[in-house]
Amino acid sequence: MTDPVLSLRNLRVEFPTRRGTLTAIDGVSFDIAPGEVLGVVGESGAGKSITGAAVIGLIEPPGHIAGGAVYLRGQRIDNLAPEAMRKIRGKRIGMVFQDPLTSLNPLYRIGEQLVETIKTHTTLSDSAARKKALSLLTEVGIPAPETRIDNYPHQFSGGMRQRVVLALALAAEPELVIADEPTTALDVSVQAQIIALLKRLCHQHGAAVMLITHDMGVIAETADRVAVMYAGRVAEIGPVRDVIKAPLHPYTKGLMGSIPSLTGESERLTQIPGAMPRLTAIPSGCAFHPRCPRSFVPCATFRPELQPEQKSQVACWLYQPYPVTAGAVT
Amino acid sequence: MSAVVDAPASAPRTADLLVEVQGLGRIFDVSKPWLNRVIEHAPRRLLTAAADVTFAIARRETFALVGESGSGKSTVAKMVVGLIAPTSGDVIIDGVSMHDLKHSAQRRILRRRIQMVFQDPYASLNPRWRALDIVAEPIRAFGLAHGATEVVAQVGDLLRLVGLDPADGAKYPHEFSGGQRQRIAIARALASKPEFIVCDEPTSALDVSVQAQILNLMRDLQDRLGLTYLFISHNLAVVRHMASRIGVMYLGRLVEVAPARALFSTPRHPYTRMLLDAVPDLDLTGRQRKPVEGEVPNPVNPPPGCAFHPRCPFANARCRTERPLALPAGAATVACHAVEEGRI
Repeated sequence: MTDPVLSLRNLRVEFPTRRGTLTAIDGVSFDIAPGEVLGVVGESGAGKSITGAAVIGLIEPPGHIAGGAVYLRGQRIDNLAPEAMRKIRGKRIGMVFQDPLTSLNPLYRIGEQLVETIKTHTTLSDSAARKKALSLLTEVGIPAPETRIDNYPHQFSGGMRQRVVLALALAAEPELVIADEPTTALDVSVQAQIIALLKRLCHQHGAAVMLITHDMGVIAETADRVAVMYAGRVAEIGPVRDVIKAPLHPYTKGLMGSIPSLTGESERLTQIPGAMPRLTAIPSGCAFHPRCPRSFVPCATFRPELQPEQKSQVACWLYQPYPVTAGAVT
Repeated sequence: MSAVVDAPASAPRTADLLVEVQGLGRIFDVSKPWLNRVIEHAPRRLLTAAADVTFAIARRETFALVGESGSGKSTVAKMVVGLIAPTSGDVIIDGVSMHDLKHSAQRRILRRRIQMVFQDPYASLNPRWRALDIVAEPIRAFGLAHGATEVVAQVGDLLRLVGLDPADGAKYPHEFSGGQRQRIAIARALASKPEFIVCDEPTSALDVSVQAQILNLMRDLQDRLGLTYLFISHNLAVVRHMASRIGVMYLGRLVEVAPARALFSTPRHPYTRMLLDAVPDLDLTGRQRKPVEGEVPNPVNPPPGCAFHPRCPFANARCRTERPLALPAGAATVACHAVEEGRI
């Protein structure tokens, strides 16, 4: 296997508050291979967006990385000085946010924003940068780019804006693109267009993608592997087909069962009792145990780590020997 | 489910209709202020949010409206409950018009029997009221209980009915999670013992596992209390799970009305086909999707003829000039020239 583009090792993100320290991310580790699309799913509060923000060094103070490491092509980037991180951001890691209207500056023409990004990260001249901006707009499927390049963001529709944001993210040929809910603000017909575009572009540019979303359908269509997050931890990570068709972790099973489907019988949905715990009250042991239908002896006291199981990795005592009885139980 | 028969699907086959929506339309004036119009010589700008919307809902049935943003589904929902007045058409609920002045006395009695659940439980509950008072408001407003103890008892029953603890009544909305808040909103809707509940995107603001809880709860309540739902959503999978009949809206008009099963097995209108095709595939069948071109046009200047024609692969000259009428096609009612002419 080639060296991963991105490696997270035991990443921990904390937010100090007046009422004590909240741990938003607790021991998250995964790799993304070159050209791979890793989906990161979870419900609100699972820590998926914070994971993305931690990689790109954009955690809002007082939040901070309290432990672990982030490696980009083997280089540690979580402890870099702000100036050095700024050179990586945009150049080596592109970012696509949920709402295209807030990630574009409403006061500047699309072309100006693209040229600025291109010139910050390359040595191109003004005219060459504009030419590159035009070719990027053509590539992301903006009709009549020669006239549209001088438009302002408000003159674009939602889908077109997200295409411009994709062009911005890819302007400096990054090795990794972090897409945080790129289609959540869009209608379903436009969502399909943007997903197809994201996939094609990243494939053509050889960029790896960390696709953060709450929508399993989007993951199923786009990702190669998927990491399921719960309460700031990775519950299960594996090839997308295995995780969707044969989930191992009880949380993943419940999550898959709770999604209404377009095919099959419309019987009762599986429901997971309760709700995602608040960060102030993360349960001991396995964070999922109070909601888990299969929790047993070790779950409330001992925290399971990710262990290989079939083609995936899963953090659940059902699949590994648990520490209460010293003997091997599988 | 019953067999496919040649009856228009905009009306259910049973005669026991609770809600009849007849040619409902609403035009919003989105012009600039008068002075700007005079100075800039700008014309009035009218937005047709809904036009010619006709359907009926039988007792104990769930009728769903689906469509993308700007298709007018929420506008129709608000007109059905009487929150906004229609520009044309009428809503008849159990024989009483929701908008005819002549029916105002009967309408006052009818009001108790209609309730609404909104999309965002963070916005639809007063943050300064306790859950008890929120749920008790319809009981007090309609005078359905005598004395404070009876109100508290009724609220306790309602909270238990939606899966909360009666003791939760003392809490404020911010102390609840999103799913619990939507349960409170449902309890409030049930407080006046309604027969008909309009649900406008009731689970769109919720996570999937919580959405499953709320959808299951709504179906259980329907079975137990014999409720009739008008269910508004943009999520086709949710609609398929909940509804017995479905209306698909595009730019303010119903393009297709069909029994749920028929809509998903044999979608007829090109827009319905496109919508179904665009939903991400969770079954990993690896089917090749042809991405749809374009986006929903601006409703201020909708395309002439059939509003869908610029995005439609089957459009011809007639589609560009003549607006299609809603005609029966199999179990469905479809407004499409191509379907009418048998081209698709």
